[in-house]
Amino acid sequence: MKLSCVIKGSSYSFASVKDVLAKASEEKSGDQMARVAAQSSLERMAAKVVLSEFTLADVYENPVIPYEEDEVTRIIYDGINLSIYNEIKNWSIGELRNYILSHRTGSHELTRLGRGLTSEMIAAVAKLMSSMDLVMASQKIRPTAHCNTRIGEKGRLAFRCQPNHPTDDPEGILFSMKEGLSYGAGDAVIGINPNVDTVESVSRLLHMSHDFMMKWEIPTQNCVLAHITTQMQALEKGAPIALMFQSLAGTQKANDAFGVNKNMLDEALNMMMRHGTSAGPNVMYFETGQGSEVSLDADLDVDMQTLESRTYGYARQWKPFMVNNVSGFIGPETLYDGRQMIRADLEDLFMGKLHGLPMGIAPTYTNHMYADQNDQEIAGMLTALAGANFYMGVPGGDDVMLNYQDTSYHDDASLREILGLRPLLEFEKWLEKMGLMEDGRLTERAGDLSIFEEAR
Amino acid sequence: MNQQKIEQVVEQVLRELTRKLEVSRMEEVRTEEVVPQRKEEDVIFFSEEKEMGVERPHHLQAIERAQQVTPARIGIGRAGTRLRTRSYLQFRIDHAAAQDAVMKDVSEELVESLGLPVLRTQAEDMATYLMDLDKGRKLSEKSVRWLSEHGEKKKNVQILVCDGLSSSAVEANIRDILPSLEQGLKLKNMSVARPLFVKRSRVWVQDHIASIVECDVVLSLIGERPGLATSESLSAYMVYRPGPHTVEADRTVISNIHKGGFPPVEAGAYLADLIGDIIQHEASGVSYMRKKNNQNS
Repeated sequence: MKLSCVIKGSSYSFASVKDVLAKASEEKSGDQMARVAAQSSLERMAAKVVLSEFTLADVYENPVIPYEEDEVTRIIYDGINLSIYNEIKNWSIGELRNYILSHRTGSHELTRLGRGLTSEMIAAVAKLMSSMDLVMASQKIRPTAHCNTRIGEKGRLAFRCQPNHPTDDPEGILFSMKEGLSYGAGDAVIGINPNVDTVESVSRLLHMSHDFMMKWEIPTQNCVLAHITTQMQALEKGAPIALMFQSLAGTQKANDAFGVNKNMLDEALNMMMRHGTSAGPNVMYFETGQGSEVSLDADLDVDMQTLESRTYGYARQWKPFMVNNVSGFIGPETLYDGRQMIRADLEDLFMGKLHGLPMGIAPTYTNHMYADQNDQEIAGMLTALAGANFYMGVPGGDDVMLNYQDTSYHDDASLREILGLRPLLEFEKWLEKMGLMEDGRLTERAGDLSIFEEAR
Repeated sequence: MNQQKIEQVVEQVLRELTRKLEVSRMEEVRTEEVVPQRKEEDVIFFSEEKEMGVERPHHLQAIERAQQVTPARIGIGRAGTRLRTRSYLQFRIDHAAAQDAVMKDVSEELVESLGLPVLRTQAEDMATYLMDLDKGRKLSEKSVRWLSEHGEKKKNVQILVCDGLSSSAVEANIRDILPSLEQGLKLKNMSVARPLFVKRSRVWVQDHIASIVECDVVLSLIGERPGLATSESLSAYMVYRPGPHTVEADRTVISNIHKGGFPPVEAGAYLADLIGDIIQHEASGVSYMRKKNNQNS
């Protein structure tokens, strides 16, 4: 394994696979804060050169965090298909990139390939890819999953209806939910972030959303995004859950900080199979995003993008229905501006898809970041072009509980129109029945929350 | 067109642009002078009210009710699939205000009027504070010395007031929440150290401070990152006897404390109860929830 190279007459050396991965990353403030980033533009290119000549076996034999020390590493390594890995282990990362982009490599080949790759390999190849490379590769990979609706099919784009309220007021939540549904958002999930993470409060919201779905016969799934332990207790006490949520990260240390581990996730999945309300078999919903590990001081000197990839390697163990990438949710110390946010979104979409996950993107920004609505809309359009499976839907783009901006009900409807995409099949039929959609376009009646009121 | 002609055209265009710029500058100067005499009807008072933008609403009263019960941007209608002009401009205005709020410091007068000792972190300026988490998580050497000498040790509760990412949140809520919180703790016969103000701090500074004053529970009242609907939202983070093994899930968090969310006076009383409970269970965060639920079932 070569760790040095000469470019433009200067020589560059790196300490390890981990060091090369970090320095080959595109510029991001979180890697600079962690002091793992390249010190100059040429050093970054030197790292990319060295990375391009690593074989897959070099990466396999040098996990960024040792197998013995980290549950995430163990899940990644225990989960990959060795037959596929053995076929390709002598490829260089540069060859892997060419293979992924080749016209001869289609959806089937990439689905199979992904099962033989560790998360570090997937992160590595993404570091050698430009924005358009990432879009073209992502377009080719179409993992699907089924809960009550089927997500990920070509030609369809789904949304989470996210009707949060600052004090969990059920009436306020219900109105925002109706508004979202009237714009065609909610086929991925009706997902409420609770402000109060108690079993009673979470159960109340689960019952409310479930009852509304039953009353209006809406083919979708409900979820209240409390801590997984709270949801498990609510489920135990009989609350109706179609999809169970948890935030995940790419190191065991960060997952400890989130209060989650393999045993807990196994138990949660098992409980959902026994007591959940949905058809399945995919009943889990995970959220991830570059920067969570470094902001929890749990990055172990691994760069943000590689850790994000490892998060996907961890997540795929529980065969989720949705993995939502929320890079941009943290702040300027991890992703400084719109440019870094857009890059992260494209990387994450590709990396998640190559892991075989039904990926959604939340191109978010906070108000202390150097990004605005224009950046967010660019990220939304680009990742939709790249075949993201779903987005969030927040009233007017402004989450009044979590205090950040995300794609709006309006953006959701726009993304579908721009690209000629349809809602998930079962949900599209429901929208037609409600008179909200015809031939894939919103009708005049759409965008009016009051259609759910009893006629007077 | 030959080269010479192109140059002539360019020169002409540049002259024209310069002239226009000068005229507009003169107009600007003039405008400023005219302001005092400007009639009110010439001034735009841009509405902050949500627009009822649905063209032919099925049930108008329902939309009006909806716009009252939630600050969420609903009932605003659409132009095609896009936001209508008024809602779009309101959104951008609110974002602009929120961006400006991040860079604002808590006023010296407020800190003085609260009479709290002021501690500082290692973040010497706003840019360092925003870009380097570690600096905002540790007290400066000077503040460590001060706290070691003057801090009230081994009390049940140590309260911290932290500007965090929104000084407006501290300014809007602290005068209401602090008295009700202190009163509530007093009623429970808990010993409370004198609250401290910590400038440019992150949540984890509470671990550093707790390690010095050795309290049972440390509580930070910290300004949340400003949202569009409000820049006045405050969070309360509590942890029971933090140490080297403390993880994020050990913290109990109550967020959205502001007049449009969890009203600060009520929040203060609620927090006092919660702290009592945390001390009784000798745990906070997820482990507190687990102990509490086991006890109930």
